[in-house]
Amino acid sequence: MASPKPPDPSTLLPLPSAAFHILMALAGCELHGYAIIQDIAARTDNQLRLGAATLYRSLQRMLEQGLIVETGDRPAPEFDDQRRRYYRITRFGESVARAEVRRLTDLVRLAGGSGFATGKA
Amino acid sequence: MMLLYRTLLRLYPGSWRAEYGEEMCAVFLARRQAESGFIAFQALWIETIADLLTGAAAVQMDQLRQDLTYVARTFRRSPAFVVTTITIAAVGIGATTAAFTMLDHVLIRPLAFADPERLAKVYEDHPAQGSRFGDVSPANYRDWKRTSKSFEMFGAYRGLSVNLTGQGDPRTLEGASVTSEVFPILGVQPVLGRYFSSQEDRDSAPGTVILGYGLWQGLFGADPNILGRTINLYDIPHTIIGVMPKTFYFPNRDAQLWTAMRWGPKNFEDRLDTYIFGLARLKRDVSMQQAQAEMSTIASQLARAYPKELARTGATVLLLRNDVSNQALLMLKVLLCAALCVLLIACTNLANLLLARAMVRRRELAVRTALGAGRERLIRQMLTESLVLALAGGAFGLLIAYSALPLLVRLVPVSLPIAKVPSMDLRVVLFAVLITGLTGIVFGLVPALRVFGGQDATGLHESGRSGAGGRRERLRSALVMAEVAGSVVLLVAFGLLTRALWNIQSVDPGFVADHVLTLRTTLPVPRYETAAAREPFYRHVLDETRRLPGVTGAAYTSFLPMVNRGGIWPVEVEGHPQDVSLRRTASLRFVTPGFFSAMGIPLLQGRDVAESDTNDSPYVAIVSQSMVRRYWAAENPIGRHIDIGNHNRLIIGVVGDIRVRGLERSSEPQVYLSWRQPDDVSPWYSPKDLVVRSSSDAVALAPSLRRIIHDADPAQPVSDIQPLTAIVQAETASRRVQLGVLGAFGAVAFLLAAVGIHGLLSFAVSSRTQEIGVRIALGAQRSDIIGMTLREGFQLAAVGIIAGAVLAYGSGRLLASLLAGVQPGDAATFAAAGLLAMLMTLAGSLLPALRAVRVDPTTALRAD
Repeated sequence: MASPKPPDPSTLLPLPSAAFHILMALAGCELHGYAIIQDIAARTDNQLRLGAATLYRSLQRMLEQGLIVETGDRPAPEFDDQRRRYYRITRFGESVARAEVRRLTDLVRLAGGSGFATGKA
Repeated sequence: MMLLYRTLLRLYPGSWRAEYGEEMCAVFLARRQAESGFIAFQALWIETIADLLTGAAAVQMDQLRQDLTYVARTFRRSPAFVVTTITIAAVGIGATTAAFTMLDHVLIRPLAFADPERLAKVYEDHPAQGSRFGDVSPANYRDWKRTSKSFEMFGAYRGLSVNLTGQGDPRTLEGASVTSEVFPILGVQPVLGRYFSSQEDRDSAPGTVILGYGLWQGLFGADPNILGRTINLYDIPHTIIGVMPKTFYFPNRDAQLWTAMRWGPKNFEDRLDTYIFGLARLKRDVSMQQAQAEMSTIASQLARAYPKELARTGATVLLLRNDVSNQALLMLKVLLCAALCVLLIACTNLANLLLARAMVRRRELAVRTALGAGRERLIRQMLTESLVLALAGGAFGLLIAYSALPLLVRLVPVSLPIAKVPSMDLRVVLFAVLITGLTGIVFGLVPALRVFGGQDATGLHESGRSGAGGRRERLRSALVMAEVAGSVVLLVAFGLLTRALWNIQSVDPGFVADHVLTLRTTLPVPRYETAAAREPFYRHVLDETRRLPGVTGAAYTSFLPMVNRGGIWPVEVEGHPQDVSLRRTASLRFVTPGFFSAMGIPLLQGRDVAESDTNDSPYVAIVSQSMVRRYWAAENPIGRHIDIGNHNRLIIGVVGDIRVRGLERSSEPQVYLSWRQPDDVSPWYSPKDLVVRSSSDAVALAPSLRRIIHDADPAQPVSDIQPLTAIVQAETASRRVQLGVLGAFGAVAFLLAAVGIHGLLSFAVSSRTQEIGVRIALGAQRSDIIGMTLREGFQLAAVGIIAGAVLAYGSGRLLASLLAGVQPGDAATFAAAGLLAMLMTLAGSLLPALRAVRVDPTTALRAD
């Protein structure tokens, strides 16, 4: 099924935080589900550990939205597990992630004017 | 451990499990291996369970949203199908919900009193008269109350009809006289003021009255300072001491006010003078059976103490909730059964429709299966589809039921202290939701399972239109047969009850109801206590009325037949052994001269009462034919004497019998007395109903009659203006409503069955286009093709009709007590129903048959 890509990445903003983390995890490489969880945990210093249900539901939705795709490429057999599926970020996914970063940056800048962002809290 | 995880995974849709289940297990396994230590392990589980549950809910919602989108898309493609299904579902669910609401209102819902399951009515049991639920005499009530231990409280009440004067136009109000125990027994607090005290409930106490909510709102403009005000009831001042809430109905829904009983010693003298009802609250630990046993013992003790009067009198204790006649009960049950029948037929039809649709869509489904959509997923979609249809149908059904309720009020028994129009509450809505869900699942699941019952891939092999596998055809045929059977049952029930109604309507009431207008003016005492005081009023009204153009007769009577079924007096007949305990009774009326000709009751022998039959002349009586048959079978009754109405009376005439107690019940023999004998007839028995016969439209006389009565005494109200025909028709009103409902149900069922047959045959024809084409090409005659199609229809119908007839006979037997003499196996009714069902089959088969004939062999053969 060819999913029609939304022309404008901003329609998906703001991204759910799980989706944003997954996109960040997939930014450089293809990963399978558990690897994504580990990557996110490492990146956030164990602050965020996605549950399997949350992960796969996010993945399913992101697949539908065209942010990521399943890849047919497999690593060398000795590292592979038949049950595992690997995911890769799409171009659209990349542009949505960038748009989300811009949105967050703008937000932080706005917050700076309010005095919340001085780090004194 | 993994087992628990996998079990939790079952919360997800199967398609999701197939897709991600294994991976999720793997992830969970990996995380578990990464954790060590008891605390971490516990934390992991808590986290995992929360994760799984929220995830499952979200995924299910996602899928539901998807399914709904899909369903919406398919619906947009076939609006006719959607409208048809929703309509059918709405009719079935609406009918059942309305019937259930009625049943709930009358039988199930607790009465609006405190602890209603401990409220009981206590009656006198008169086996000699065949009446277990007889009125009670005050003396017996007093002794019952004194001796019984089963009840927390024991009270009594009687119906009341009073004239209210001095408050705008004079008017007649219905209500009840109650002893001071009655309100505390019912346990409903007044919205204003208080109950009667025991001081107010005695002879010579000042008059007090409690108003019903409707009366307070209507006549007194909801005046918050109403307490302490005085109103005149029968010219006697009564102080308003309370107002009851809106939902307080006692003893029935028509009661608008209540007064205290105020008995004196005189009221307790005669144990045969029965005119009250006992109302009691059972003690907490006493059962109905125990109370009944105790009351029976007490009744037999009283029978020994007063053998002359009470030798044949017992006591009956009945739960207030159950004070419904068997006939009213049966009518409601018939209604519910008929509604369920309609629902069943509707479901059958819907299943058939969806099945046909599923067959047509088999190719689409097969393709989607081949593309990887799981079977479970497709079944789920089909179920979503049918549930959406059922829900829409259910919503409309609720609307239908709600708007139908006011039409059914005639089926709410008047004997119960409940509202006139049944209300819907959450329980009823829940019931509707339940039925809707069941409906949706039944008519959705059957086709879904059927479609996927065979091998998966057949849909791809077969050409799109030859979906009629033998097995499925059989299922659909069975469904259609069930529909025919159901509609035959409804038709027969309708037919039997219609004939019963005809039987009842053809019962001769004993009087000629056409062109007679009746109206009521109850003259108050003490002003009108004596005949001398009443005479000018009657004379003025009757003389002036007789002068009106077209009037051929006018008279006053104490009771109209069928309106007031009371006025039953003990009678002793000269030459017959005296035994008051047998309660030989007659229905008694005090009348003015001319009553018989005004009513059209034939005078068979002797003479009418005359103006000259006054208190000073010999007391006379006119008896009805059944009285003559009973006591003087072979002799001339004229000149004989009877004791009735506290006096010995000479029989001067014999008239035809009338149906005092209504068209469906046998009546006591009737006795008519001159209204002046004695000259102080009690207010209850003094003439109050005016009967006017006219040679033309009697109803048109109403304004003139009002004016005449106003001229005679402007303080007297005129109420109950109605033609005598309306009174007779009211006898059959509930039956006519019931028949109307049954008829409507029957018609719907019939239509649905016809649609079912049509649908099945159309489908059979279109799936056999090729075969028919070949036959025509090979020289088959058009008539052969028509015959072939019709035969199929008629075979279905025949089986359905036979099965339906058997069921109908069974239900007819259950209806026996409603049939008024019509046999449950009434041949004419069955023949008519069978014929109608055949005609319906013909109508349903005709179009498909014609379509079959029009098959063009060349196109049919080329099609594939």
